[in-house]
Amino acid sequence: MLFVKDAPKENLIVRGARVLDPVEGLDSQVDVKVDDGVIAELGSNLPQNSHRVIDGAGLVLAPAFVDPHVHLRTPGREDEETIASGTRAAAAGGYCAILAMPNTDPVVDSAAVLGALVEQAGDEAEVQVGFLAAISKGQEGSELTEMGELADAGAAGFTDDGHPVVASSLMWRALQYASITDRPIAVHCEDPTLSRGGHMREGVVSAELGIGGWPSIAESVMVERDLALALYEDRTLHLMHLSARASVEALRRAHAQGVRATAEVTPHHLVLTDEAVRTLDPNVKMNPPLGGPDDRKTLVEALRDGTISCVATDHAPHARHEKEVPFEAAPFGVTGLETAFASLYTHLVEPGLISLETLLERMSAGPARAYGLDTPKIAVGVPANAVLLDTQASWQVAEDGFKSRSKNSWLIGEKLRGRVRATIAAGRLVHES
Amino acid sequence: MGDLHVMRDDLRPPDPPPTRHLISIGDLTREDVERLLATARTFERSLDREMKKLPTLRGRLVINVFYESSTRTSSSFELAAKRLSADTMSIKASGSAVDKGESLKDTAITLGAYDPDVIVLRHPQIGAPELVAKVTEARIVNAGDGKHQHPTQALLDLYTIQEQFGRIEGLHVAIVGDVLHSRVARSNIQALVLLGARVTLVGPPPLLPRGIEAMGCEATTDIDAIGAADVVYVLRMQKERMLEGANYVPSLREYTARWGVTPERLRPGQKVMHPGPMNRGVEIDPMVADAADALIETQVRAGLVVRMAVLYDLLTTGPKPVEAEVPMGVA
Repeated sequence: MLFVKDAPKENLIVRGARVLDPVEGLDSQVDVKVDDGVIAELGSNLPQNSHRVIDGAGLVLAPAFVDPHVHLRTPGREDEETIASGTRAAAAGGYCAILAMPNTDPVVDSAAVLGALVEQAGDEAEVQVGFLAAISKGQEGSELTEMGELADAGAAGFTDDGHPVVASSLMWRALQYASITDRPIAVHCEDPTLSRGGHMREGVVSAELGIGGWPSIAESVMVERDLALALYEDRTLHLMHLSARASVEALRRAHAQGVRATAEVTPHHLVLTDEAVRTLDPNVKMNPPLGGPDDRKTLVEALRDGTISCVATDHAPHARHEKEVPFEAAPFGVTGLETAFASLYTHLVEPGLISLETLLERMSAGPARAYGLDTPKIAVGVPANAVLLDTQASWQVAEDGFKSRSKNSWLIGEKLRGRVRATIAAGRLVHES
Repeated sequence: MGDLHVMRDDLRPPDPPPTRHLISIGDLTREDVERLLATARTFERSLDREMKKLPTLRGRLVINVFYESSTRTSSSFELAAKRLSADTMSIKASGSAVDKGESLKDTAITLGAYDPDVIVLRHPQIGAPELVAKVTEARIVNAGDGKHQHPTQALLDLYTIQEQFGRIEGLHVAIVGDVLHSRVARSNIQALVLLGARVTLVGPPPLLPRGIEAMGCEATTDIDAIGAADVVYVLRMQKERMLEGANYVPSLREYTARWGVTPERLRPGQKVMHPGPMNRGVEIDPMVADAADALIETQVRAGLVVRMAVLYDLLTTGPKPVEAEVPMGVA
């Protein structure tokens, strides 16, 4: 289900780092030795032999991140992102695995399109990539894709992300039929008849600016519907990029009823509110739009208590000329792979809203569990998937610093604390800074 | 090769003051508004002279760029610039490179190459003035950006009210109709609240934006609320901005029956305003529009002097006595 470039694995030792793996219950200063890409030993003063040594003094070594929601724009918009550039960006952000969305051109709705991507990933993916396939052919919301064949061809799950599954009947059938695979259905919850004409969240700010408002119920009524279907069919469901308090409350109620649903939230919804739209910067325009202070508070609480178990960047690259237009003319979406950890460390961990351990868990084990992937671990015998973090470092986000082909970040010019110093993905050292 | 001399700091010209724009009423302080209204009053007196042209902005270039149709705003900006002796050019979206798919950014850069002092911009989208401000050196006057702001309309409305009542503070203004799609309403709410007026919005529930009270006004669906107002400001039903099938109101007929401003709903002496163009018989009864208490034509006349004041204010560094200016050809 995950695909990566075939390349020689690493022999290395990370010395002197604070090794922090919340899932393994590990928090101590030990050396970590990697032999041929596999964690071979944890201990003190491990002999170097011919291994490359990475100095981890003063740094945190943690399981590398997993991003359940990335747009690689391939095939079709390789000017915005490719598998190579997107996975380099992921490596720079501390990720060992990412899941790519199928809303490409053509849509990933057949084994042929998926097969070509799998092959390409084997040639150029720096970190592991999984590909979600569409729920409906062409993401048009009428006919189911051949989920059985797509799962056999390696689809990591199914989603029409970018578009909601409008017809309740199709969503129902998708949940039923996907049970022949062991892959989850992931949903972009949006009632398009409610969000129509909306460019930002409906509220005090949209009222004042006169920008078309997108009410929070456009998301929450679809969350309620999909959770009801999941309960009825007793199927798991993954809710993508939640942005509204009412959605989180619906999820809490469903969990209490025993629904096995997971959910993700983006760094921008955890950090910003619709107040940011006053800048009219097209780089704060995304789908779903930024919510109010209440929504943000609820999302942070839900991430902390585990109701939402995943941080997802919803990394959505756009060409510069497409974003250099008035706010309402701009497409939805912002990049996030390279800034996710720092933005959340700066805005959630440093102010004490969430612990570092919780953040690390929600950026790695949480998403892996939601999609049934191997959880990255710092433990002997598993493939090395680790990130070396400098929580002291301050840096300024700059356009020319991105590995992504697109620069539509909401953080350009911002000062952040927390920097990814090295990323080891599938046993290879894929990023160092 | 000659030596390279580095200029000493104290010999460098001081940094120019930041470029001033008029994009939103939010850009202005109460003092700014009062100064602009006073300047407009001075210009109004100058219009009584036989020679109406002032040399003030001679040699300056004002470019009007209109991506949406306009009669009042574009003509009054053009005349305002001409009365101040500026050179003017008017670009309309239709018949220009915009028709060929040129982006706003590229059009702005192209026009910027002529070094305009002011670009007056009307555009269907919020944020367009900021984008033009970013890529040109010109001062930007927002002549309407989508549903966001139309600051010179609000200033001319304030001017009209001030001339009529001698004050703005303490007056009660009811704004009636399609607030949701109205940049005029947003600019007027801000401007009226800034100057201490009480503002009540009246209209059908879907056309009163959720949360609009945070701008410092009241909102009600009850048309009888206009009875208490000194000024009834009627908004146009903006059919062209409404999404098809959005059902903001069941029909214009029902709108008119419930919220139309008719003689029966007004007290004698209540002043009525409308930014134009009017849908007679929809939001405003023709009898109201043509009555002596209607200030609609006064608003249009105010548009000229207020826009002269705005151009003058942006192109001079702060208030300079206009009295000193002498009509062209006399000096």
